[in-house]
Amino acid sequence: MFESLSQRLSKVFDKLTGRGALSEADVAEALREVRVALLEADVALAVVKDFVARVKERAVGQEVIKSVTPGQMVVKIVHDELIATLGTEGAELNLNAVPPVAILMVGLQGSGKTTTSGKLAVRLKADRKKVLLASLDVYRPAAQRQLEILAEQAGVGSLPVVMGEMPVAIARRAMEMGRREGYDAVILDTAGRLHIDQELMAEVAQVRDAVAPTETLLVTDAMTGQDAVTLAREFNEKVGVTGIVLTRVDGDARGGAALSMRAVTGRPIKFLGMGEKLDALEVFHPDRIAGRILGMGDVVSLVEKAMATIEQDEAERLAKRIEKGKFDLDDMLSQFRQVEKMGDLKGILGMLPGIGKMAAQLKDAKIDNKMLGRQKAIILSMTKVERRNPDLIKASRKKRIAAGSGTSVQDVNKLLKQHQQMADMMKKVGKLGQKGLMRHGLGGLLPPGLGNRFGR
Amino acid sequence: MSKTGLFGRLWGKADGRRAAQPDEPVAAEADLDVQSIPESGPPGGAAEQAVVAEESEPAGKAGWLAKLKAGLSKSSSRLTQGITTLFTKRKLDDEALEELEELLITADLGVATAGRVTARLAKTRFGQDVEPAEVKAALADEVADILEPVAKPLEPDVSRRPHVVLVVGVNGSGKTTTIGKLAKHYRDRGLSVLLAAGDTFRAAAVEQLNVWGERTGCPVIARDTGADAAGLAFDALAEAKRRGDDLLFIDTAGRLQNKSDLMAELQKVVRVIRKQDPTAPHDVLLVLDATVGQNAHSQVEVFKDMVDVTGLILTKLDGTARGGVLVALAETFGLPVHAIGVGEKADDLRPFEARAFARSLVGLD
Repeated sequence: MFESLSQRLSKVFDKLTGRGALSEADVAEALREVRVALLEADVALAVVKDFVARVKERAVGQEVIKSVTPGQMVVKIVHDELIATLGTEGAELNLNAVPPVAILMVGLQGSGKTTTSGKLAVRLKADRKKVLLASLDVYRPAAQRQLEILAEQAGVGSLPVVMGEMPVAIARRAMEMGRREGYDAVILDTAGRLHIDQELMAEVAQVRDAVAPTETLLVTDAMTGQDAVTLAREFNEKVGVTGIVLTRVDGDARGGAALSMRAVTGRPIKFLGMGEKLDALEVFHPDRIAGRILGMGDVVSLVEKAMATIEQDEAERLAKRIEKGKFDLDDMLSQFRQVEKMGDLKGILGMLPGIGKMAAQLKDAKIDNKMLGRQKAIILSMTKVERRNPDLIKASRKKRIAAGSGTSVQDVNKLLKQHQQMADMMKKVGKLGQKGLMRHGLGGLLPPGLGNRFGR
Repeated sequence: MSKTGLFGRLWGKADGRRAAQPDEPVAAEADLDVQSIPESGPPGGAAEQAVVAEESEPAGKAGWLAKLKAGLSKSSSRLTQGITTLFTKRKLDDEALEELEELLITADLGVATAGRVTARLAKTRFGQDVEPAEVKAALADEVADILEPVAKPLEPDVSRRPHVVLVVGVNGSGKTTTIGKLAKHYRDRGLSVLLAAGDTFRAAAVEQLNVWGERTGCPVIARDTGADAAGLAFDALAEAKRRGDDLLFIDTAGRLQNKSDLMAELQKVVRVIRKQDPTAPHDVLLVLDATVGQNAHSQVEVFKDMVDVTGLILTKLDGTARGGVLVALAETFGLPVHAIGVGEKADDLRPFEARAFARSLVGLD
């Protein structure tokens, strides 16, 4: 979600970095642009102003002037302040209470409470907790049914629906059932409500008093605009929020609401909703997100993702070959397969440092996972000998391969060229070794014009 | 500007506890509604009646007018307070303009649009001594000028039998609720309406539309969750033709505009409908949530590109979000805005009126 904000900021920072000295005017100009970038990312105005003021104070002070690379220093200050705004550490779900622990989900209509309740249940279940889902939404048609279905899909308990029962009574009954049947956690999904709706806010406060939840999670849409501050503040004052869940983070919203709400409530963002499936809930890591916002990449998440999906043996085999400076088309094919397993290509590229700037190019290049399929088809249409020794592939072989894979000779050429570049790169990596890779970062390995090369 | 300046006061007031001036009511929302309505409403007594009537869930004209104002003035009350504190007769100088621009930004107009609107205001009034009401009126005029061309009601051509309306949007924007309200509206006008429960993805979405069908007395074409949405739309259109319905509303699953596979699925729905009626869908409504920020641009752009959105509906205007992004959208895309949603009930759908929206946005009426 943060890609476009990171694009904007990295443009601003490009002007700063690499310059010997910075005047106060340079910094002021850069900060004006930071301000606009943050506002366009829907960070609330009050939060933006405060943020810019803090950065400015540090930037024009001693810190920058004494620094050898003042531009870098400013970037670092912005980064630090972003993390400070987002919170320094990820916060775990608090389950320290006598079971059943009550978790109360609150938020506006359509923010994603019910889906998030289901996701949270799946997550807790994976931690070997016995979870009960109960819907207190007696207003939206079929809301209770929706949660029932989600409970079924998640394989967790669900409080039987009693028609006509009011929310506070439902909550009490849920806790009672939780105690009786030995549940570890009871997730109470409330109806969407406006923070200015006195009556409904009083109702949810009553529910809170009745069940004394250890967690009251405010569920909000990552696309929320300036109103995020108002609603977060109101919910926090009237109900008492312990954490925030940001949903639809898989959209292309710039997600400034995250900064706003954290700044206004002081409550940590605990989870990010990353998709419609029940396992699409991620723990929020402020430092990583800040890195992503600034286009510094989120290498930690990338590595974690890779660890989870890439087969160890295959990766080791590949690493050995790379060390030897060898990289044939079979290796390329196996790499494609690994990448495919990791999911959406754009998502992965977004985690690489320095890619933020290229995002526009990537968009034009229309990178999609189909492209991988086509490239795989081309390699699969080659003979084993050809794959090991691409130099063999001349005009007539190319024609055959193109016909076999349903592509054109140009496509085959493009793939071969790409392979050549990758092989060259692998040789470089082999020479650099592990240390070199660390020093230069992954960004150093990406050849210029990456976007074009992938394009068709 | 120091933090304790305008915004210290503004935010302080907004959270209702650090109210600086004694004449500002602490719980401003309710008082403001009541104050603001008599000022502007139809002569005296009628407005008061309307306020009373609003609480007891009324039908009829006075009722909805009052409700609309109540809903909209909630959206604008904070902005109003801001402007009022700003301009108790002062010079419209650079600083004042900047503060005005920032107030528009907090209404989600976006940096560029807020800048343009204030620049236009500056052209005519810069350096003049201005009063709050005057500034508000001028600001509302600027905003209304932008919105006027897009305020067009949805006018189904019933001779098509059926006029097909596809309703699209991101998750949780309020598509199903809006369809329920639209169904009620056209049923009350005596049209026969068929609903198609095209959200075959989300759990219980079909049941949700079924309830709306019962409430409004409109039949609902539905299949099980997981069924093919395009096939359902096709069948619904055939059924509407057979029955000779005036209107067919097709609900769709919420989808984020950057999910290309889901957007392709939506295009398929359109393609399949066209097999039966090449002119359909006659309207494609994009439902936007008023709390949405600048992402609305991306939503409109992509949905328009993919399925030729013909009009917008803005929902959830009964909260504190003011939906100011609509102004920016009108500038960029010029798509008609057909209606606004101001509550969860079947009759909480209102025609979009540019002047009223603009005046409410800046805190008049």
